[in-house]
Amino acid sequence: MRHILSIVVINNAGVLGRVVGLFSRRGYNIDSLSVGTSEDQRYARITVSVQGDDQVVAQIQKQVAKLVDVQDVFELKPECAIFRELCLVKVEATAAARPDIFNVASVFRANIIDVSTKTITMELNGDLDKTNAFIELMKPYGILEIVRTGLAAIARGAEKAKI
Amino acid sequence: MNKLQLNGAEILIECLLEQGVDTIFGFPGGRVIPIYDALYKYKDKINHYLTSHEQGASHAADGYARSTGKVGVCLATSGPGATNLVTGIATAYMDSSPMVAITGNVPVPMLGKDSFQEVDITGITMPITKHNFIVKDVNELAETVRQAFHIARSDRPGPVLIDIPSDIQTASCNFSAKTPLAAVRESTRITPQKLNEAAELIHAAKRPLIYTGGGVIASEASAELCEFAAILGAPVCVSAMGIGGFPSSNEMHVGMIGMHGTAVANTLATECDFLIAIGARFSDRVVNNANGFASGAKVLHIDIDAAEIDKNICTAYSIVGDVKKVLSLLNPLLKKQDCTEWKNRVSELKAKYPNVQREASGALEGQYVIQRLSALAADKAIFVTDVGQHQMWACLNLQIEEPRKFITSGGLGTMGFGLGAAVGAAVANPGVPVINIAGDGCFRMNSIELATAVEYDLPVIEVVINNHVLGMVRQWQKLFFGKRYSATSLHGKVTDFVKLSEAYGAVAFNVTTPEEVDDAILKALALKKPCVINCEIGQDESVFPMVPLGKGVGQFILKEAE
Repeated sequence: MRHILSIVVINNAGVLGRVVGLFSRRGYNIDSLSVGTSEDQRYARITVSVQGDDQVVAQIQKQVAKLVDVQDVFELKPECAIFRELCLVKVEATAAARPDIFNVASVFRANIIDVSTKTITMELNGDLDKTNAFIELMKPYGILEIVRTGLAAIARGAEKAKI
Repeated sequence: MNKLQLNGAEILIECLLEQGVDTIFGFPGGRVIPIYDALYKYKDKINHYLTSHEQGASHAADGYARSTGKVGVCLATSGPGATNLVTGIATAYMDSSPMVAITGNVPVPMLGKDSFQEVDITGITMPITKHNFIVKDVNELAETVRQAFHIARSDRPGPVLIDIPSDIQTASCNFSAKTPLAAVRESTRITPQKLNEAAELIHAAKRPLIYTGGGVIASEASAELCEFAAILGAPVCVSAMGIGGFPSSNEMHVGMIGMHGTAVANTLATECDFLIAIGARFSDRVVNNANGFASGAKVLHIDIDAAEIDKNICTAYSIVGDVKKVLSLLNPLLKKQDCTEWKNRVSELKAKYPNVQREASGALEGQYVIQRLSALAADKAIFVTDVGQHQMWACLNLQIEEPRKFITSGGLGTMGFGLGAAVGAAVANPGVPVINIAGDGCFRMNSIELATAVEYDLPVIEVVINNHVLGMVRQWQKLFFGKRYSATSLHGKVTDFVKLSEAYGAVAFNVTTPEEVDDAILKALALKKPCVINCEIGQDESVFPMVPLGKGVGQFILKEAE
């Protein structure tokens, strides 16, 4: 099953390699990975989405926690966290198809960020299900490119990571 | 506070002194010349031992660490110097040995350009170190070295690498000395509730078995372990890393458990109803098949490393914390247990499977040599082994009474480990004979370190159990690969080990009959010098008991099928 791990690391060079290495060693492919600075410049926040056996993921989590540069690691469960991902989609768009595409984009609250004579590029912000549904609906028009940032995740309510 | 203006190389040495280091093992090269220049300046305060090969330096630092509990330090240049340390670092990592490895590198502006003798050693050693550093600012050097030592010796010990580009070694900054931080051993998770629950489980057990590993030695918990075993009246089996943590002569000692464990330990593991693992990690060489390991038992796992809990074996209960601390808090909560029936079973098994499974043939045998070494030297020597059949015979036959008197490459199984490690142990323990039990395959790999033992006149005795084959692999080929002896014969190599050793300046002799063994050992011990005893044994002596791969530990075989 899918696990979303949130990892707080000291912002040192090489820290991403150390974390990612522990997943690849167990043969676990990371579905998505997003990294950025946290509320404190000294720390970065890594969000990892990985498919795998609960026990093995729990094991990897403990090994991640052992890394010197790791401050905190925890799993974010869908029922008590918010997941977001930015997705950029470029589709073929003849003049005739444009109104339909605009309509779908509007329903999904996707922004049109570039229009050319033959293409439309949109940005969509959402969780996995919304993004996947949007991509499905765009397929008939001819998808040229998809770029996704990977999930960023945060706990609901007052819960927060140890920094 | 006195502030000094020093260059990076001098700061490094000052920091080593600050950490109490008076010994390092290394090999110079282009990118560590400034460090060697500083070592020249500080030669009255710090002893540098020049090995024949960087790998030897890494094993020596490891042997130094394992025989003392102090952090071992090795030093090598960039590129090939650094990569030659890798096997030694991985060996230390697998066996949780505290080590700081220092490498030079090309100057910071030349990094990443495939410069001469450049290698990304922090990248290479990322998965085999507790942590590693590359220092790119001389102002950060001192704190980095301090942090490296603190990490190496704290919690579960392990190796840390510091890569220092050569321009950082020559750059200067202010330096002021600091008192080193005391090692930290995780104990925040040991709660009264956890201890009481553990005590309750222990009291409910009818057939408890204690299984201990290297964590008992790292934590210096032997006394607490002996008390614990006495209260429970439970047998104690050990992993290869645990040897010495519990005295071999103790009546509750049942020997090593696992693939080549004793028949007694492996039978008890299948019959026990409660297994208490202490400072051990359920390695696959202990467990074999997880489904056939202590399957009728509840497991209590006590270890300092949370990541070991439920990794290889799922446990009913666990306490994460320093083993010494846990046992010293747990022992007072325990009532003396009376497991007479279980104790009788232990005695019965000990009578059924005496320690020696050997039928004397009249010819010289490896196990006989090791038994004589144990009888004649175990009270005064430190034993080291290489890896293979001789190692398992040593694990099964040496009587080791104290921690840090038996040093072996358990996790990585590094052939060629022994001689370098013996050099390190001998340097760390002046006047103590250090006996490395090696196979001929292992001796061939790193015999060059004899030159180091000779140069520093160390009382290292290399006992080569010479069967002219790569015996352990050959044993597998014999038992499981239809006797297809692919590349395991060394008969074609006609090296005369006595002449080779003499060429290095060591004393050496051949032993070919059982009658010569005692004299040879006593002579070597009396010499107090580097000495090689080449023992010619047959090629077909196997290691038994043996649990075939994939079988439960109870399914051991005691001899070859007729």
